[in-house]
Amino acid sequence: MTKPTANTMTNNFEKNSGLTTRDKVEKSLARRRAKETRFRLYGMASVLFGVLCLIALFTDIASKGTAAFKQTSLTTSITLDGDYLNLTKDSTVDEIRFANFDGLIKRHFAKEMKPKSRSDKRELFKLLSSGAGWQIQEMLIADPTLVNSSITFELLMDDDVDQWFKHDRQLSTAETNDRLSDKQLNWLSQWIEQDRLDTHFNTLFFTNGDSREPELAGIHGAIKGTLLTLMVTLILSFPIGIAAAIYLEEFAPRNKLTEIVEININNLAAVPSIIFGLLGMAIFINIFGVSRSTPLLGGLVLTLMTLPTIIISARAAIKSVPPSIREAAYGLGASKNQVVFHHVLPLAMPGMLTGTIIGMAQALGETAPLLMIGMVAFVVDVPGFINDPSTVLPVQIFLWSDSPERAFLERTSGAILVLLSFLIVMNTTAVILRRRLERRW
Amino acid sequence: MNDTNSMKLIENHKTTGEPFSKDVKISARNVDVFYGEKQAIYDASLDIGKNEVIALIGPSGCGKSTFLRTLNRMNDTIDICRVKGDILLDNENIYGAHVDTVPLRARVGMVFQKPNPFPKSIYDNVAYGPRIHGLAQSRVELDEIVEKSLKRAGLWNEVKDRLHAPGTGLSGGQQQRLCIARTIAVDPEVILMDEPCSALDPIATAKIEELIDELREKYTIAIVTHSMQQAARVSQRTAYFHLGQLVEVNPTEKVFTKPEHKLTEAYITGRFG
Repeated sequence: MTKPTANTMTNNFEKNSGLTTRDKVEKSLARRRAKETRFRLYGMASVLFGVLCLIALFTDIASKGTAAFKQTSLTTSITLDGDYLNLTKDSTVDEIRFANFDGLIKRHFAKEMKPKSRSDKRELFKLLSSGAGWQIQEMLIADPTLVNSSITFELLMDDDVDQWFKHDRQLSTAETNDRLSDKQLNWLSQWIEQDRLDTHFNTLFFTNGDSREPELAGIHGAIKGTLLTLMVTLILSFPIGIAAAIYLEEFAPRNKLTEIVEININNLAAVPSIIFGLLGMAIFINIFGVSRSTPLLGGLVLTLMTLPTIIISARAAIKSVPPSIREAAYGLGASKNQVVFHHVLPLAMPGMLTGTIIGMAQALGETAPLLMIGMVAFVVDVPGFINDPSTVLPVQIFLWSDSPERAFLERTSGAILVLLSFLIVMNTTAVILRRRLERRW
Repeated sequence: MNDTNSMKLIENHKTTGEPFSKDVKISARNVDVFYGEKQAIYDASLDIGKNEVIALIGPSGCGKSTFLRTLNRMNDTIDICRVKGDILLDNENIYGAHVDTVPLRARVGMVFQKPNPFPKSIYDNVAYGPRIHGLAQSRVELDEIVEKSLKRAGLWNEVKDRLHAPGTGLSGGQQQRLCIARTIAVDPEVILMDEPCSALDPIATAKIEELIDELREKYTIAIVTHSMQQAARVSQRTAYFHLGQLVEVNPTEKVFTKPEHKLTEAYITGRFG
């Protein structure tokens, strides 16, 4: 086997040796060019693949989610019968809260649509959202003088009606799911003929907390919880992370202990986030008795998770400060502290801020550790401060994605859209900050 | 001449010429410098006189920059660097137990190979030293120091209208003069210059050399240079380093006309380096 190979090699060599160096270069050129072109194609293909995946993801979420920003309602004129409600113009807020608005609405629709039997009545009332009474109540609290007058407002419809009106109304009855009976569909088409059924911008989605009723469920509570949690995370992790990075990079003695600390910080960045949740549960809840489900606790846990990211990026930023700047400062007789705080820190700040924002963006999207500390609870109230029970956006998405109602699927995608826009805003801020603060030297 | 030959010539070498002077500002005695296990300077003893310019020359890696950096303890910032021996500044050992590098470096300033202005305004660059050392009581006084330093560095006329423009926007030669202005703003006694012209064009170099000659009236200057012409032009004494040994120290004229040591001769006639 070796002999023929050796022969061809000599032959090749003899053949080649007849060529000039220039010929050889020319000859290899085509191969090199082809290699380059091939590599460029691979690169373009992978970028294209990534872009396509992204487009597919966004169109899917957007197509499902945008419908969540619209809500079906029925234009209704109703008289707020003071005798029935037991209310006068001077009623207190408490009295208004206890008034029987649901009864009023039921009475109104029973009169209007004239259902024949008790079961018909039940079916009719199912079309209306259980939040309809609450709508009137809010209006009355805002303006108690409305008692005994007739008001026209957009009455919330049940999520089944909402889904049917937004998506299925063009389909034949066979194709739609049988959530609505023929009778119900009949009433609905009456309302459509009267031009009373329509979709409006879903403000409730942004002003309400979570709810069992999809048409009443909103992300306000989750957004507020997220902001409070991120605030706690930022307040804790930014100064601690920067201080740790400066100490490790500039002041720590180079010894075994420092080395161990450094290695472990790098390891921590790779620890699955649910472990941080367990750690938070074991330490913050069990030992320090922080109350569960609160943004304070969530912030503490996310701080643990974000710290390694911030420390690592801050150290990289410090390392990238050119040594000539340090030398210049030392050469003038600046003390170590002055070198760090007058020169290194300002130059490293853009990198540090970028790292922090990326860490915060990570924390914003984090779900797993928060499940461990009870932030997965069903919380209807919008949290007021960091010690109120609350949930966060990604956990809200997780909760809704688990619900069987079709309307919740829509809201899941809607909440994802909101979360993604938060992320985009944060990352854009990071890029802009970096551009702004970056100085040339 | 190759390295093995030159090694033989400097084994257990005693510096030839006149390493010591009468009017001493800095005197180094038996200085050894180590980078980890590697020794960079072997037993160097040298006096630097008041108001003189001493040029440190030698081939690359001979230890001249290392020696220069021991004079204001800039080597302290390198973890693995150790210095043995005594370096006396006005008869005080700067490697003594209780010596603080902050005032030391205010007295022994340094200009580096590559111009390294801070990414701040021209004014702030010059004012930084006086600010951290508290040399000015008022804004007016600080303005005076900045103006005086820039004038002395020969940069005032070029920058007086744009003192608040970034120092990094100046040309290379201007930046280096800005760095010199920044150094003299602290009013040091000694200025160490580590190849200050190696990144500059001939015109900028000529300006700096002129400046060095003027600064000599007030300061003691030690300059490391690769250019023998520069050493000849600006210095009164020249020290020749080779492979970590201080081979010869003599008045500049003598070094460049009648060098005592074979290696010095070999270097200045261009047989290596």
